[in-house]
Amino acid sequence: MKIFRNFFDSIKPHFEEGGKFEKLHPAYDAFETFMFVPAHTTTSGAHIRDAIDLKRTMALVVFAMLPALLFGMYNIGYQHFVQLDEAYTFWDAFLYGAGKVVPFIVVSYGVGLGIEFLFASIRGHQVNEGYLVSGMLIPLIMPIDVPLWMVAVAVVFAVVIGKEVFGGTGMNLLNPALTARAFLFFAYPTFMSGNKVWVSNPDGVDAISGETILGSLAQGVSAIGPDAVAPRSYSALDAFLGFIPGSIGETSTLAIIIGAFILVYTGVGSWKIMLSALIGGSLMGMIFNGFAVNELMATPWYEHLVIGGFAFGVVFMATDPVTASQTEKGKWIYGFLVGFFAIMIRVFNPAYPEGIMLAILLMNVFAPLIDHYVVQANINRRLARLKTAKVA
Amino acid sequence: MSKDIRIRKGLDIAMVGAAERQILPTVQPDIFKIKPSDFYAVTPKLLVKEGDEVKVGTPLFYHKDIPSVYFSSPVSGEVVGVDRGAKRALEALRILPDKEQKYLKFDVPAESAFTADGVKKAIIDAGLWFSIMQRPFSVVANPSDSPKAIFISGFKSDPLACDLSFVLEERKEAFEMGLKALQHLSDGGVHLTFHADSKAPELNLGSARVHQHTINGPHPSGNVGVQIHHIDPINKGEVVWVVDPQHVAMIGSLFITGEVHMEKIVALSGSQFNETGYLWALPGAPMDALLKDRLKSGETRVISGTVLSGTTEGQEGALGFYHDTITALPEGNYSEFFGWAAPGFAKFSNSRAYFSWLSPKKQRDIDTHMHGEKRAFVVTGQYEEVFPFDIYPVQLIKSIMIGDIEAMENLGIYEVAPEDFALCEVVCTSKIAVQKWVREGLDLVREETM
Repeated sequence: MKIFRNFFDSIKPHFEEGGKFEKLHPAYDAFETFMFVPAHTTTSGAHIRDAIDLKRTMALVVFAMLPALLFGMYNIGYQHFVQLDEAYTFWDAFLYGAGKVVPFIVVSYGVGLGIEFLFASIRGHQVNEGYLVSGMLIPLIMPIDVPLWMVAVAVVFAVVIGKEVFGGTGMNLLNPALTARAFLFFAYPTFMSGNKVWVSNPDGVDAISGETILGSLAQGVSAIGPDAVAPRSYSALDAFLGFIPGSIGETSTLAIIIGAFILVYTGVGSWKIMLSALIGGSLMGMIFNGFAVNELMATPWYEHLVIGGFAFGVVFMATDPVTASQTEKGKWIYGFLVGFFAIMIRVFNPAYPEGIMLAILLMNVFAPLIDHYVVQANINRRLARLKTAKVA
Repeated sequence: MSKDIRIRKGLDIAMVGAAERQILPTVQPDIFKIKPSDFYAVTPKLLVKEGDEVKVGTPLFYHKDIPSVYFSSPVSGEVVGVDRGAKRALEALRILPDKEQKYLKFDVPAESAFTADGVKKAIIDAGLWFSIMQRPFSVVANPSDSPKAIFISGFKSDPLACDLSFVLEERKEAFEMGLKALQHLSDGGVHLTFHADSKAPELNLGSARVHQHTINGPHPSGNVGVQIHHIDPINKGEVVWVVDPQHVAMIGSLFITGEVHMEKIVALSGSQFNETGYLWALPGAPMDALLKDRLKSGETRVISGTVLSGTTEGQEGALGFYHDTITALPEGNYSEFFGWAAPGFAKFSNSRAYFSWLSPKKQRDIDTHMHGEKRAFVVTGQYEEVFPFDIYPVQLIKSIMIGDIEAMENLGIYEVAPEDFALCEVVCTSKIAVQKWVREGLDLVREETM
């Protein structure tokens, strides 16, 4: 590490005031602080600090996503070979999937961080760590057969309109990864909905049906459970473990639960949001089960939790602290409504079989309102106390 | 009516170097440095000049906004220097102490003759009024106010802070007399709070105007602001007075002896001390005398006050008027190779983000490293974990950042002081200078409402 320390120290003057690359100081700073936590000591207020910082927090979230990512890589290969009815080994499937997924990650981080560096240089502030997480989330919520240029365009939209326009990390209203996904959903609808993109089908072979469980259910054809009639159908256990078609990282509820455990245990993700979303979604599923008139409504409430992107969205997207409710009481309400609306949108609107994305975006917009009323209750308590004090 | 308060939010930071319960030999400094900046929001108007002889109790300067309030000298000797800074602001008064200290004699009422006005006048005339601070705003109190009550926190829960149960044992008589005097200053009497786990001193006050309470829970249970919030919260327009226990003893000693005795028992704590312990010292005592031969080698941060809210004094500084702890910590100015990615078995954290969660109770040798750089608010729920008030801390800070005075008032700015937010500042992932913001907010509201 001495080599790196000496390297950074030696090139530093070029990036400081008067240096040739003065404008690129944020880029130098980003790389330097990535490799070395800077030698800053406390200058005001408390003399000691907690060792946690934003880089550690982001690193933990990425770490929590690794089970879903690794399983997703395997599953992409698995679905491809199974639907083609070809023989395959574990490594065949994994390497095939990895070969398809890694380009997504490279494009996502490359384009996203490139834009962040650009904005930081123009505005003259440090590159913030927010994109470290969004950069991994975006590939995980993409269907596998989406062209890479589309991913790049979506990343540009998400980082510029979804984040930088509001002031950067910590200031955004909407979850950036979901903004990317929603952009693709509305800008290239024929690509994102339907059944063409969910299983890797580079040669466009007919044998591969890219249909997801939700896609089938939306058409009134049950693809899950003992009464499934779709040509490709799955058991609830398949869905829980993740051996189903879907976006890259969303299929395995088990891998997501491992990630959830990591997030909650380290204190990085809010268990209140996760739990209340689970309750909200289950409740809505139960209500629909009570009045079922079509396949979607009849889907048992617990199956709703393991199909589609519900689990992934609840654990990794709804818990984004900047866009969720920021008061502890508000988080219960916010989480509950995310789960509630996710299932409602999923069932009521066949054109949007995946309701979790829209439910989270909707609640992102309403989170400040929820917080406002929670804080207002506190203010009213204080004013009431003032009134009794004056009267007394 | 005595209250038993229980708080769950907060954090006890286990640090190496707590002061051992032993009284170390006193030091005789050869120069004293009196800093008016110890008294926040006081513009000092000088009453002495270079070459003047002062006794203990001689007024050195007065409060520009409240001219009746004097600040008297803790030592007798000759004024050898008046240091001025930018815009001729009075930075320090240097006094060469006499070998034998000379004390001014003040006319103080006897205990049986205590009245509100008599006690007040005696404290003001002796120049000890600075001992009485007010909430809201956490500044020196104004004698013409009528406070709702007087609050005294009988212990300090800050990490490595002075153990007042030890101190009050030594100063019991003066402390009792101080309470007997102070109870006359407010119709609401005095609220004295001790921690449920420690043995509160047996006080015979024979009075119904001193209410004793207990509080149980982690730091900041020792902060008087937390105690006020749970006993009788401050509403807009109300004023309460707060006094530190060793200042109560100072006032008591005034009424017992008729002289000003500002000596405190000061804790020397922190991992950079060779030997920790307690020391009798006067405010203004220079650090180099107090710390002589006591520190280990290596870069040290010398703090007058506690780790959470003290001021960096360095070896050339002096003990502050309100401080009874001197903390010496190792400086943390080293860069860490991939520090944020390390397993971190020994890193101090309130979260479980590092593997230090495996040894939660272990005392750690924490240094002054920032561990990161300043960012915008990102993580939520962190401040609330260590902030035992019915106040929304992040929303309050945000209202201060945008200067929205009405929002600040609505969210409870009148009830807080910067020290109440010290733990929020320690655990903040985004390294926001929380205490500085709170001080700014308090100043803004104070100036608007003056």
